[in-house]
Amino acid sequence: MSPLIIKGARVIDPAAQRDAKGDVFIKDGKFVASLSAADKKRAKKIDAAGLVACPGLVDIHVHFREPGQTHKETIATGSHCAAAGGFTTVVCMPNTSPVADNAGTIQFINDAIRRDAVVKVLPTGCITVGMKGQALAPIGSLKRMGVVAITDDGDCVQSNELMRRACEYAKMFGLPLMDHCQDHSMTQGAVMNEGVMSTRLGLRGWPNAAEDLIVSRNVILSGYTGAHIHLQHISSKLSVEIIRRAKARGVRITAEATPHHIALTDEALAGYDTNFKMNPPLRTEADRQEIIAGLRDGTLDCIGTDHAPHTDYEKDKEFDYAPNGILGLETALAVVLGVLVREQKFKLPQVVDLMTRKPAALLGLPAGTLAPGAAADLCLFDPAEKWRYDAKAGFSKSRNSPWHGQTLTGRVKTTLVDGRVVFDGAKIKA
Amino acid sequence: MPWNRRHLLTLEDLSLAEIDQIHATAAAFKKILGRSVKKVPALRGKTIVNLFLEPSTRTRISFEMAAKRLSADVISFDAASSSTTKGETLRDTAQNIQALNADLIVLRHSASGSPLYLSRVLDIPVVNAGDGAHEHPTQGLLDTFTMREHLGSLRGRKVVILGDILFSRVARSNIHALVKLGAAVTLVGPSTLVPDWFTALGAKVSHDLKSALADAEVVMLLRIQHERQSSSHFPSLGEYTGMFGLNQTRAGWLNPKAIIMHPGPINRGVEIDSDLADGPRSVILEQVTNGIAVRMAVLYLCSGGQPEAVTTNAT
Repeated sequence: MSPLIIKGARVIDPAAQRDAKGDVFIKDGKFVASLSAADKKRAKKIDAAGLVACPGLVDIHVHFREPGQTHKETIATGSHCAAAGGFTTVVCMPNTSPVADNAGTIQFINDAIRRDAVVKVLPTGCITVGMKGQALAPIGSLKRMGVVAITDDGDCVQSNELMRRACEYAKMFGLPLMDHCQDHSMTQGAVMNEGVMSTRLGLRGWPNAAEDLIVSRNVILSGYTGAHIHLQHISSKLSVEIIRRAKARGVRITAEATPHHIALTDEALAGYDTNFKMNPPLRTEADRQEIIAGLRDGTLDCIGTDHAPHTDYEKDKEFDYAPNGILGLETALAVVLGVLVREQKFKLPQVVDLMTRKPAALLGLPAGTLAPGAAADLCLFDPAEKWRYDAKAGFSKSRNSPWHGQTLTGRVKTTLVDGRVVFDGAKIKA
Repeated sequence: MPWNRRHLLTLEDLSLAEIDQIHATAAAFKKILGRSVKKVPALRGKTIVNLFLEPSTRTRISFEMAAKRLSADVISFDAASSSTTKGETLRDTAQNIQALNADLIVLRHSASGSPLYLSRVLDIPVVNAGDGAHEHPTQGLLDTFTMREHLGSLRGRKVVILGDILFSRVARSNIHALVKLGAAVTLVGPSTLVPDWFTALGAKVSHDLKSALADAEVVMLLRIQHERQSSSHFPSLGEYTGMFGLNQTRAGWLNPKAIIMHPGPINRGVEIDSDLADGPRSVILEQVTNGIAVRMAVLYLCSGGQPEAVTTNAT
């Protein structure tokens, strides 16, 4: 592979506090500080004038549905979505069919990743057997197979005692626990945020208190056991406040926000469009603003998309019966730029940080940096380009996006993994 | 003003003028109900399908009766006999019905928003006969029609809706219609079943029965479902009756001319004393009768009829 020069980009590398116009050099699949004159001469060049070059984006919360639900997505198609969205490292959730609660299933996933993925896909394993919240999964074996965290995903562990033991046990392996914070006893049959909108629409409400309680529980258990708990897709104002206070005390918790929870509120449900149905649900403007404030002050560590593909025929149902979740990978960068940079006036390097260095750092992944010697995973995007997102023309097997048909600003032009172009702005280069 | 709405999905969407048009059309049709030949040819040759995916007796019979009095052919089927129990989707079921050349679908469904969903999927009109806890527009229309018959204009009139508001589609449709008609609506019941969020709909919320009933001209009772007990919304039916049941003493707090309403089915002795339900102030059975006229008006207008073109000549 010939050396590569990304020429004339605005280079943003939060790890090095770099934000300047310049070139990026790549040789043998790794970033290098410079190239020899001979290498420069034979190097391939990508003209990146007007574009931003940053570390490949990192998403620690995706659902690739393999094994078992490959009609929705596969590791291949999911990784294509990632590449098209500028993501070079993604962490996939274990709520597959069967669930990833044993070494054999992780082996299957690892094989599929090696065979099919165009970006770096890292597996997680379950906290409990069958994700049933009753007995610990073989967490040590899962760790040996390379899981980067354990989580029961949408089936939040309800037993405080079991969660406590999971924390203590996982800590032995240095494995973080990721938790979808939801008290099930308070959310029976719930399909949207509880409040004025659920009252108007006659839909069963999911009170933010059900999230706040488990966030508090996790803060307490993390403090008690010393385990690292990562709180997934925070949706509630009070949860942000609880996390802020806990972090000030030095508790080992981290937390993420999704693009949809910072862009949308439950007002979007007025037409019962199931492409706005996800769990946790969209909440109010006050919640949205506090999540953004949490990203601004570091209370929330990163963006995670919760990319959750479901087919048309699964989503095309009465609101109560449609599954939760929306696509995220291909629209994440544009949506986040729209909210955080254009609406909320975040500096671009801070946003890049939230989507690269910080998510990588919280799981200890060797990603999210342009440092010499690091794998040449890179995202090249035009922050100003307007484009119309057509979910039907996207790379997912599913189309369940609330942004379908909308004009978004900010477009990924090239994605590199290990110095190789995997997305060229139009096509996946498998 | 011509009627130009094909679907009736919610009362939240309707303008005051549209509610007036439906009520005026219903008043014209009501005249037929007292005749020996209770039928007009307005919808002759049309087929109306009642798609009832949640159990219902009175609403289904009322819609059937209304359609028959307009000379439409009616086919009703309910969840038990439909292919939905075999896993067919609502879209497929409804598209099959449309392909069978139905002219209008009346939908009852336990999922809120499903009539709106169906109206986007189908080319034929959809009339909502109750969707989850969302709306029951024809009930709201017949209730306000009945109130107007007794009180005339509802502007400034004090209307109390008492009971399980949270889970009630009847309450929501009535709130929307009454607010548009200018009534002062107070919702009363246990705080677990009457959350403050309802104030966003333009109603007052109260948990004090006496002050709420004082001088009210209409009290509408809603059925209390015993299932709410197991979901810890209130301790027991007995406690509910003790706190919020309408009895003779409490009815005495009402305006002397007040009417007592209930969309049915009634739990005698729970939300209302039996003798009040049958008493002179009760208009519960008038509501049922008016339901036919209102549903005739809705089926007629959504089928393309115009309010001023109503002819009540018998077939």
